Amino acid sequence: MSTDVKIPQASTQAHHSDPKGVKLPIYMDNHATTPMDPRVLEEILPYFMEKFGNSASRNHSFGWAAEEGVETARERIAKLVGATTKEIIFTSGATESDNLAIKGVAEMYREKGNHIITAVTEHKAVLDTCKRLEKYGYRVTYMPVQKDGLIDLDDLKRAMDDKTILVTIMAANNEIGVLQPVAEIGKLCHERGVIFHTDATQYVGKVPMDVNKQNIDLASISGHKMYGPKGVGALYVRRKNPRVQISAIIDGGGHERGMRSGTLNVPGIVGLGKACALAQEEMPKESCTLAGLRNRLRDRIMNRLDEAYINGSTEHRLPGNLNISFAYVEGESLLMGINDIAVSSGSACTSATLEPSYVLKALGTGDDLAHSSIRFGIGRFNTEAEVDYVADRVIETVERLRELSPLYEMAKEGINLKDVKWAGEAH
Amino acid sequence: MSYSDKVIDHYNHPRNVGSMDKASTDVGTGLVGAPECGDVMKLQIKVNRETNVIEDAKFKTFGCGSAIASSSLATEWVKGKTVDEALAIKNMDIVKELSLPPVKIHCSVLAEDAIRAAIGDWKKKQEATTPVAAEAK
Repeated sequence: MSTDVKIPQASTQAHHSDPKGVKLPIYMDNHATTPMDPRVLEEILPYFMEKFGNSASRNHSFGWAAEEGVETARERIAKLVGATTKEIIFTSGATESDNLAIKGVAEMYREKGNHIITAVTEHKAVLDTCKRLEKYGYRVTYMPVQKDGLIDLDDLKRAMDDKTILVTIMAANNEIGVLQPVAEIGKLCHERGVIFHTDATQYVGKVPMDVNKQNIDLASISGHKMYGPKGVGALYVRRKNPRVQISAIIDGGGHERGMRSGTLNVPGIVGLGKACALAQEEMPKESCTLAGLRNRLRDRIMNRLDEAYINGSTEHRLPGNLNISFAYVEGESLLMGINDIAVSSGSACTSATLEPSYVLKALGTGDDLAHSSIRFGIGRFNTEAEVDYVADRVIETVERLRELSPLYEMAKEGINLKDVKWAGEAH
Repeated sequence: MSYSDKVIDHYNHPRNVGSMDKASTDVGTGLVGAPECGDVMKLQIKVNRETNVIEDAKFKTFGCGSAIASSSLATEWVKGKTVDEALAIKNMDIVKELSLPPVKIHCSVLAEDAIRAAIGDWKKKQEATTPVAAEAK
């Protein structure tokens, strides 16, 4: 998301004292990152001082202990996504995984073709990688999305040609949480002998995933979006039906079967593995709880405020995601009003580029409503009391800012804002 | 992004929020910015025709905290000034007073534009209501 995280200052000047059952500030930006689960931390700690060995040291017990930790993690990750251990490559995170998958396929299959298909709502780690490949002579199709944020499978069919080597479409969007029809996309790719990569950063551990049933050839995975540590990720690389090969982008000692050199981040990898094991165990119950909290937040807000619009499909969506545009209120000013709550906005004012969210614009959301959007990311450690507090604070702040908004006043007077000439002079 | 104490104060306690009758000949209205750009300011002034002194000012703003603070400050500053004195307010004065960072300078530019637009609107009304103009009808 072109959204930045709003972090409440320690010296919060909010007038609200800690309400019952709620500790302030509240973290509800779990698509940006998640706090580490204490059980993950516990698992990691021995790997800093006792089991500090290099997992590539084959000749002593220090190396073996580290290797054992790494291989346990590999099994846990593989199990969570329905893969085999040899298909998991460790990286520094999902951005590296996306780069490795896309550039790795582009280079390896250059003789077969030079065409890549992606979508306009992808994460910058995918979009910017594709843009770089365009400079090297690759052709990239950036597919539009429908109003609900999902791609049209017929568009995908039409976009494919005999030079297409790779389709890269994310499993779950980081801003609006919509779930793309991954299995169907994979099926189309396999019918045409095209490799299918999915950025599954927001998806793994939240929604059941099976690389075989979903026809996925490459999948990017991140630790810190699923209660694991930052700076560690993985790439799933299919070994058969079909066997997918990728060129390395980091050369060196030939670690990770030559696909990713560099001494392994053993504590990080152990943490990622534990996070996957926890997700596997708790996903059925957790996704239900998160959807319940999300729906509670949604209903409380939508029942009290008019002209609030949910961005993206409500049906195909991550359980913890809610993205709402509050008409006539600018997103950053809303964040400022709820500064004891950490959420994100698609407002231009929160981004370096002064452009509002490209994801929301791709849905056909006008720039005005893109400026007015807030992303709520509910996670494992949020509570019902927090959701109620957040809903109340959002409602009262939106109401206050609407009283301050000339647009709200004009709309109430019956003026159609679309008909107004915004020339910068008095009307 | 962190805000200066003054921006936070104006955001939490905006001065002179409201609207005046834009049809009144004593009132000048400036509406600047665009919703697509994320900032719209409406600034209104009520001017004493005898003295040219701005006796009251009101604003409403759609925009970030810095935009709200810039327009709130603008209403405070124009009140009690003559029209000509108000026209001398420059955006950099607002930047300095609110300690706006470079990315928020456009908020102060918009506030200056709003003052000028409101005064321009008021002046136009005065020209239209001079005896000569009235006779011309």
